Amino acid sequence: MTATALPVKSGRVLDRLSLRQKRVLWAWTFLAVPIVFYGAIRFWPTLEAFALSFTNWNLLRPAAFVGLENYKRLLVDPLFWQVFRNTFLYLIIGTPVSLVISFVIAYYLDRVRFMHGFIRALYFIPFLTTAVAMAWVWRWFYQPVPIGVFNAALTWFGIPQQPFLRSTTQALPAILAPAVWAGLGFQVIIFIAGLRAIPTSYYEAARIDGVSEFTILRRITLPLLKPTIVFLVVFSSIGFLRIFDQVYNMNFNDPGGPLNTTKPIVLMIYQTAFKSLDMGYAAAQTVVLFMILLAVSLIQLRILKDR
Amino acid sequence: MRFKKMIAGLAFGVSVLAANAASAVEIEYWQYVFESRVKAMDQLIQKFQAANPGITVKHTTFPYAEYQTKVAASVTAGQGPDVVQLFYGWVDGFLAGKLIQPLPKDAFPHDKIEAEFFPIVSAMKRNGEYYGLPTAVRSLALFYNKKAFQAAGLDPNKPPQTLEEFVAAAEKTVKRDSAGNITSAGVTLDMAGQDHQWWREVLVRQNGGVPYTDNDRKVAYDSEAGLKALQFYVDLQTKQKVGLAGFMDEGQAAFKAGLAAMTIDGTFRLGAFSSIKAFEWGVTELPADAKGMRSNYASYFANAISSKVQGEKLEASKKFLAYISSPEAMDIWLKAVGELPARRSAAMTQENLSNPIYGPFLKGLEYAHTTMFVDEAAQRQTAIDMVNRVLIQKQDPKASLAEAAKTEQAIIDRAAK
Repeated sequence: MTATALPVKSGRVLDRLSLRQKRVLWAWTFLAVPIVFYGAIRFWPTLEAFALSFTNWNLLRPAAFVGLENYKRLLVDPLFWQVFRNTFLYLIIGTPVSLVISFVIAYYLDRVRFMHGFIRALYFIPFLTTAVAMAWVWRWFYQPVPIGVFNAALTWFGIPQQPFLRSTTQALPAILAPAVWAGLGFQVIIFIAGLRAIPTSYYEAARIDGVSEFTILRRITLPLLKPTIVFLVVFSSIGFLRIFDQVYNMNFNDPGGPLNTTKPIVLMIYQTAFKSLDMGYAAAQTVVLFMILLAVSLIQLRILKDR
Repeated sequence: MRFKKMIAGLAFGVSVLAANAASAVEIEYWQYVFESRVKAMDQLIQKFQAANPGITVKHTTFPYAEYQTKVAASVTAGQGPDVVQLFYGWVDGFLAGKLIQPLPKDAFPHDKIEAEFFPIVSAMKRNGEYYGLPTAVRSLALFYNKKAFQAAGLDPNKPPQTLEEFVAAAEKTVKRDSAGNITSAGVTLDMAGQDHQWWREVLVRQNGGVPYTDNDRKVAYDSEAGLKALQFYVDLQTKQKVGLAGFMDEGQAAFKAGLAAMTIDGTFRLGAFSSIKAFEWGVTELPADAKGMRSNYASYFANAISSKVQGEKLEASKKFLAYISSPEAMDIWLKAVGELPARRSAAMTQENLSNPIYGPFLKGLEYAHTTMFVDEAAQRQTAIDMVNRVLIQKQDPKASLAEAAKTEQAIIDRAAK
């Protein structure tokens, strides 16, 4: 609005403003673009979703206000609790495992000079690959003989073949593995950047004092890497809480199966909304997911920053 | 200046549109994207327009995944198609949303519909009105790999006709490695494919039960018959070990790769299987039970007139709908898509019945049932889960069956609200 109004009155209004005011005006003019964009594309629909969660809209009928009905239904829906558990399993297993692996890789890769760039690129390539394509390839890896790579290897060693994606206990880790692998490259790069940012003078001082490598790691590297770790923990937690592509594509004919043991909240939302067309109920699930994401992020920021 | 020009341009455009509208009616037809169906419809539209100058049909398609959402959203907003394609199982939803209107009786008299179409069109009837008519229908049959039959010492021209023969053929054709792992299945077990329909409308009935009562609003398979049907199905993996759920990921993939001797699938799979070069395959009717009783599951996409259509557009839509449900259109559709004509006279010709591929599917139509789903995806899921509980979690089939019936009843009850 300000942008279009400016040229008309430029002669009078602009001259009267102080330099500071003009700067503020400029700043807001530029800021208005992303604000309007985000307001219209992100925040407005978010608010709409909140409103929708109190209705029984199913796309075909006009929406009617049902109060907290959807939330009550959610509380007693055993599927929701199962999905809730799955989502946190993705988070609780996925985040630490991926962080530890990527830190170890970054820590040693940082010291490697030989073909450093090439090795780093190798780790980064999976991150560039489409999750869907990757999920389909891994899905075939997990198949029973005669086509599954993993099971072919197992039977070759005389070990009985494993059901992997067709098991209620193995399916979730089996889906998590490519997800962790895919995110590794990004985390390694961030860790290396964090490691490089630590001034070498600290290390030199420690070496002169004759401190062991482990103590250097524990007392210097890790504490100084804290901002990087905080960023990666929050970033990857949100990623695992929102996991979808891998799950949906790896058990394509029974998404989230078998028996819902791999179904995350996002997939439940998708199915409620676009398969059962139960928009109100799906909106309520979305609100719950939003709350969880918010809470987890805030808690993590607190714990990891203040200590 | 520029603004004035724009206005002028717009005014011109509007006047052109108005002029066109005066001389010709344009109606819009919507269906989902499936290459052969889209091409067949283009062909039908061309013929229709040639026969009806003054009516043009605009053909719009969407990916299947977003099709239903798009139709609902646009018709509710007063936009969208005049003639729309919908799955028979969506009728209740479309009616609740007031998206479609009853077929006008002058153009589509009920006695004629009932006399000429297969009885499964009754799934489009609500409160004494028909809400749509199909061009083509689909049914199930048993596909078998002739090469695998021959290799196992079976006559490739004598596919199994009863369940007993079916199990025997599976036992002969299955191949296992030294550890007992299946390397080539006798029969595919894929509940997420068509097996859930086979179980529901065929196996349950063959064991003396019915899957539902009360217009498919009451689940009735939690019975002795349902249990026998489930036991028969899971035994294929656990007892006879002739198939493995999840083998080659999907049943149709296993069959296509030549790693399954038999699979149960529908007419819509003919296109995908027609590209098989490595072996010859055949089709036969779904196996009968010991008493010779057969059953089948038929489904279809129907075409309906959307609720907003009236006046001359309604007249044009009626003509178009009548054409695409005519015997001529059905014949074109059969040749282009491979789906069976929905009219008896167009389907049961000597030529079609003696066709080795269409024949078994057509015979199946005579005794087919059509499940009135309220939420096909969710109801299919209950069947998938029922079998998974037995196969993966080793749950007692009786308990699993009861749980499935309870879950599915809850889905139906919720939809009825």
